[in-house]
Amino acid sequence: MKWIKGFFKTFFLWELLVGLSLTGRYFFSKKITIQYPEEKTPLSNRFRGLHALRRYPNGEERCIACKLCEAVCPALAITIEAEPREDGSRRTTRYEIDLFKCIYCGFCEESCPVDSIVETNVADYHFENRGENIMTKEKLLAIGDRYEEQIAKDRELDAKYR
Amino acid sequence: MPDIKNYTLNFGPQHPAAHGVLRLVLELDGEVVQRADPHVGLLHRATEKLAESKPYNQSIGYMDRLDYVSMMCNEHGYVLALENLLGITPPTRAQYIRVMFDEITRILNHLLWLGAHALDVGAMTVFLYCFREREDLMDCYEAVSGARMHATYYRPGGVYRDLPEFMPQYETSKIRSKSEVKKLNATREGTLLDFIEAFTGRFPKLVDEYETLLTDNRIWKQRTVDIGVVSPERAIALGFTGPMLRGSGVEWDLRKKQPYEVYNRLDFDIPVGVNGDCYDRYLVRVEEMRQSNRIIKQCVKWLRENPGPVMLQEHKVAPPDRVGMKHDMEALIHHFKLFTEGYCIPAGETYAAVEHPKGEFGVYLISDGANKPYRMKIRAPGFSHLAALDEMSRGHMIADVAAVLSSQDIVFGEIDR
Repeated sequence: MKWIKGFFKTFFLWELLVGLSLTGRYFFSKKITIQYPEEKTPLSNRFRGLHALRRYPNGEERCIACKLCEAVCPALAITIEAEPREDGSRRTTRYEIDLFKCIYCGFCEESCPVDSIVETNVADYHFENRGENIMTKEKLLAIGDRYEEQIAKDRELDAKYR
Repeated sequence: MPDIKNYTLNFGPQHPAAHGVLRLVLELDGEVVQRADPHVGLLHRATEKLAESKPYNQSIGYMDRLDYVSMMCNEHGYVLALENLLGITPPTRAQYIRVMFDEITRILNHLLWLGAHALDVGAMTVFLYCFREREDLMDCYEAVSGARMHATYYRPGGVYRDLPEFMPQYETSKIRSKSEVKKLNATREGTLLDFIEAFTGRFPKLVDEYETLLTDNRIWKQRTVDIGVVSPERAIALGFTGPMLRGSGVEWDLRKKQPYEVYNRLDFDIPVGVNGDCYDRYLVRVEEMRQSNRIIKQCVKWLRENPGPVMLQEHKVAPPDRVGMKHDMEALIHHFKLFTEGYCIPAGETYAAVEHPKGEFGVYLISDGANKPYRMKIRAPGFSHLAALDEMSRGHMIADVAAVLSSQDIVFGEIDR
């Protein structure tokens, strides 16, 4: 009996038809594809994307040039030069991140004692010319200004875990 | 009749079935492989040497990039080695989180393997279905660490952050209406653990689907049964580990034989093959996915019931929390010390191995008492598997080389290091 069943199953391509019915079911069911620029997949508030430098609410930049991020960066992507400003406070004169070297490990953000350098949830960005991969202090501060609301919200949500 | 000579064919380094940058020199007699000579080193990044030049913690991110389809398991091997030398044990909750993510990683790896293997053998649909499930697991990775692949999540003394209590959700757009988005978000309403549990609920059925497409399929069987047979004795002699060894019928799994973390508290079986051919290795890996699913379920249950710290409160190794760092002078000093100099590990040597999805992933670490390793050696499972490619594919047809190669689950990040 088993032999006859097996013979007919083999002869009528049974397992192939079962497979085809499965793919057929998916062919007619609703697709799960996300239409990218119009809609996006959800991003976690811990997402580590493009870097930004933040400011205090009064407009003063947070970074105090302690150089912890420079020291902790495994890829040596961060370069900092610092000097006292006219008012005597210690600030960076140069703060650069080479995005080609960066491995997006998040250690810079983890190490920053004043929450200045952060990795935002900006995941889609591009360069058009050579050298644009080097994020200067101005660029980083501009990104920080632009996304401050989102950055602050994400840190707030994650504050109790860190 | 003129003499017919053997034909030498270069397979890769840009061949889509070469799984990365393998250059395989095949010596053919007609269509039959006489010799297969894998050339490695095209993806060499000197990870071992690089680790010698930076404090211990800074190398964690580079471990992700070894076997770039099972990221957290690599980290686990490295972090275990550090913990051995430091003589510390992470909190139990951290151990459960690690085990859970190790198993998530195993499913991630086996899904990619299954998809790619099927694609190499000629079944395209499975690849798409596998990637659909991988997306959910990648979301778990992202929710917990902030990166979809290169997590940098494990630390000596625990894990960086506790599991989040919410999942990111889809937003309405001009393409999807509110009700459709609600359907997409159905499993994302609760915590990460709810999301993972929902996944473990539906995953066995999805594995059944892959099996419907492959296991009994006659084309699949023709391409994999009796291809690349390795006897148990040869498998041991060749240094096989993981599913490659178990596919040959040797019951060896580090999770059972030398349990690390909390594996001895969990209930799971290790599948073993019989014939040691490509088909058996396929069956072993599919069953491993089911077993991993079981382990994840148990971990979720335990993690739900037992909140607690996920990082050791030992500030010589683990940084203090941020609030403490901002208000306490001593904590701030620890913070600065840890992120500049790191920590010094007493002189000594250790070997720590984990059951990586591909086999035994080990890190051999020698410390001379400094804040960076004196020497680190990574034992990559894929390396010894690839070395056996010649023996496994000799006498087979050229198309079988692709099947044998992909059944080995080769990833060049770890082989070339």
